[in-house]
Amino acid sequence: MANYFLENHDLLYQFEKLDLKEIVDLTEENYKQADKFDYAPINYEDAKENYKKILEIVGDIAANYIQPRSSSIDEEGAEFKDGKVTYAKGTREALDLLSKAELMGMILPREYGGLNFPTTIYMMAVEMISRADASLMNLFGLQDIGKTIAQFADDNQKEEFLPGFSTGKYTGAMALTEPDAGSDLQAVKLSAYQDEKGKWFLRGVKRFITNGNGEVLLVLARTEPGTKDARGLSMFVCYGDETIKVRRIEHKLGIHGSPTCELQFNDTPAQLVGQRRFGLLKYVIYLMNRARVGIGAQSLGISQQAYEEALRYAKAREQFGKPIYYLPVISNMLIDMKVALEANRSLFYSTSVWLDKKEKYEERVDLLKALKKPFAEENEKLKEATKIVTFLTPLTKYLLSESANKITYDALQIHGGTGYMKEFAVERLSRDARITNIYEGTSQMQIVAAAGGAINDVFAEYFDLQEKKEYKGSLEKLLDSLKEIRELYKDCIKYVKDKKDTSFQDVAAKDLVEIYAYIYIGFLLLNEANVDQKKVFTARRYILDSLAKARKNYESIKNELYSDVLHADSILI
Amino acid sequence: MGLHSIVMVKQVPDTANISGQVMKEDGTVNRAKLPAIFNHEDRVALELALQIKDSYGGSVSVITMGPPRASDVLRECLFMGADEAILISDRKFAGADTLATSYVLSEAIKKIGKYDFVFAGRQAIDGDTAQVGPQTAEKLNIPQITYVEEVLEVSNSKVKVKRKIDGGFEILEATLPVLLTVLKDAAFPRPYKAKRIMAYKNAKTLMELEKLTEGNSLLYIDQLKDEYQTKKLYIQTLTMDDLKLDEERCGVHGSPTKVHKIESVVLAGGNHEMIEPNKNGVSYLIDKLMEDHILG
Repeated sequence: MANYFLENHDLLYQFEKLDLKEIVDLTEENYKQADKFDYAPINYEDAKENYKKILEIVGDIAANYIQPRSSSIDEEGAEFKDGKVTYAKGTREALDLLSKAELMGMILPREYGGLNFPTTIYMMAVEMISRADASLMNLFGLQDIGKTIAQFADDNQKEEFLPGFSTGKYTGAMALTEPDAGSDLQAVKLSAYQDEKGKWFLRGVKRFITNGNGEVLLVLARTEPGTKDARGLSMFVCYGDETIKVRRIEHKLGIHGSPTCELQFNDTPAQLVGQRRFGLLKYVIYLMNRARVGIGAQSLGISQQAYEEALRYAKAREQFGKPIYYLPVISNMLIDMKVALEANRSLFYSTSVWLDKKEKYEERVDLLKALKKPFAEENEKLKEATKIVTFLTPLTKYLLSESANKITYDALQIHGGTGYMKEFAVERLSRDARITNIYEGTSQMQIVAAAGGAINDVFAEYFDLQEKKEYKGSLEKLLDSLKEIRELYKDCIKYVKDKKDTSFQDVAAKDLVEIYAYIYIGFLLLNEANVDQKKVFTARRYILDSLAKARKNYESIKNELYSDVLHADSILI
Repeated sequence: MGLHSIVMVKQVPDTANISGQVMKEDGTVNRAKLPAIFNHEDRVALELALQIKDSYGGSVSVITMGPPRASDVLRECLFMGADEAILISDRKFAGADTLATSYVLSEAIKKIGKYDFVFAGRQAIDGDTAQVGPQTAEKLNIPQITYVEEVLEVSNSKVKVKRKIDGGFEILEATLPVLLTVLKDAAFPRPYKAKRIMAYKNAKTLMELEKLTEGNSLLYIDQLKDEYQTKKLYIQTLTMDDLKLDEERCGVHGSPTKVHKIESVVLAGGNHEMIEPNKNGVSYLIDKLMEDHILG
């Protein structure tokens, strides 16, 4: 039987390679939970065996139960009638099965019915679910909402809401966006007010809310009347009860199974989560960063499926007396897709491991502080992880979502005319991919978020270390190419910094961020190739291709290609 | 009210994925060449038993007779929600046909004690005989309903089911205890539950524990068994001696079925005949088909 875990050699490779010991030791509080829960691991090896077994089940359900429903989910879509949202039949069946398999609370604490898995393992599940049906990821991936409650809500709130998330009884929504507050969330207007007893109520409108019809909603609202920025915003949790009116759902290009709602809050009773005024600054940023990583996994899943469809079609379709797979132009496209996929996956799981580290050390430091114990060492680790994850999260979201668009585009191209028809899955995959570089922050926003890390050279020490290592045989030449990209990067940075022109820097940020990413991913792949022969081709194509692209980026900056932006009004007539 | 179900399950070769030298010279199956899977209709049988437990309380025991590696399906039963799994295994059971198998299973069921339901899949995909269920019911001297499509009503003493028959269905009622064999569409088996997978992944049979003690003089089998029992990870294992069985009725000795001959049949097209698409043509076609015993 097909299995999206066991039969995906590259995913399996990344799983086997994972070193989560540090993270799991922290997550499992040195395996004390095994005394209380018969399904808690007794040591790291046991934990990793658990992860593997569960991912096998996810791989089975994704390939054999969800994927066969994806086309009907796309066709049927979520429906809106008489003020009620109904999922497509396939979506309902898939959610029901995933709930029965106890997979809806993978990252929630055990005392609330969850599996207490690291985010990295959960992301592997998200990748497979997305591959089976991209729109289902928008519901399965909402486990992050439960996670945010687990992180910041008080014990009563956790007791009230989390068990329902774990069993799949509750699906959630994050209600942030408003008609006039999209990328600029500081402008959120939906108001929260208190009655004389101190109870909170919400009033206002939210738009483009994924699964806004969910049972439990996290809502960003203005608690401080008269304020206009992020410091007046707080986060609330509330039930999707009759006071919330779904005004409409959007008719979208893709991810039809996922309902996108416009919501009207009519004095909806709500509970404040955490501290007032920290809604956007702390909690939503936390949630959003996790959601961005989630979109990375969704992009990866869509890309994997598009590649598989293209490969299968190329082998089956005969023209000029042989399968088109054997035409060099086609095999070259397929290699490009495969190399991009492997590079993406390598970057992705590196990012999610850093996210895990950051979150675990955050919890650890908070705990040590509360116990009045020394925490300097842990704090150092936290600082490092925070710096890295702040760069890697938007970078990964940017690169993987853009790549998903490119891979689905090429996969459709390989299908030729038939790919343009509804009969083939690649048409749906192309439509589903198109949202990934828009929602949870557009690519342009991700570049802004990643620019700081690239300009400040967050990986300087790491790169120095990698350059000094020894690499086998032909890999030495690839190392030289990476060194060359690094020189190009240094030159560009100096140029941009010396110029002291912020609008130039804004436009050049894309080129800079990309060059920096080539170096980081290049080293990830070079290290993989150094211990694993089958990765040599991947590293070679990725690094040589990156060198060519880096030179282009370099030329664009050094030739001041973008200086005409100042004359936009004269050009755009 | 609490109803106890016993489900008979079987590990079978994955006949949907046959390749290479699966058949041995003597006409028996070379199991080493085939991946072993959980017989699907048995999974459906377990699902029905679990549904009865969900609705009325009680418990579900699962038994299988097979080689030591049949423990795989027993663990899978635990992953789905079975309360107890029992392996019946002995070298002396090898080569059993349906008569010998139903003898061993019925004796094991008697040993388990009180039960309200015995469930089994209609048939296993390796032998396709559909005999083990009915023969077991006979030996237990309880009513049986085969080809069950749906369990309609359950009470303390009775069950009403819908049973598939040629060209339709019939609704039957039986008193408990009863043996039901079920069709694949009777229910959709629930998935393995994440927490149970983690909790029971190390559940072991006696043979598996013995393997652990091999070459390790510090481990004693009784001690290990106790330890696994305390952790609820011991899969009860019964041999011929445990069941005090008549050796003459087990395995090859107790199996009158003999494989006479195995042929490899190659399906190939032969001569064909054109028949006019009219009334006479159809009559002629029917006559021909009756001559060949395809119709009638």
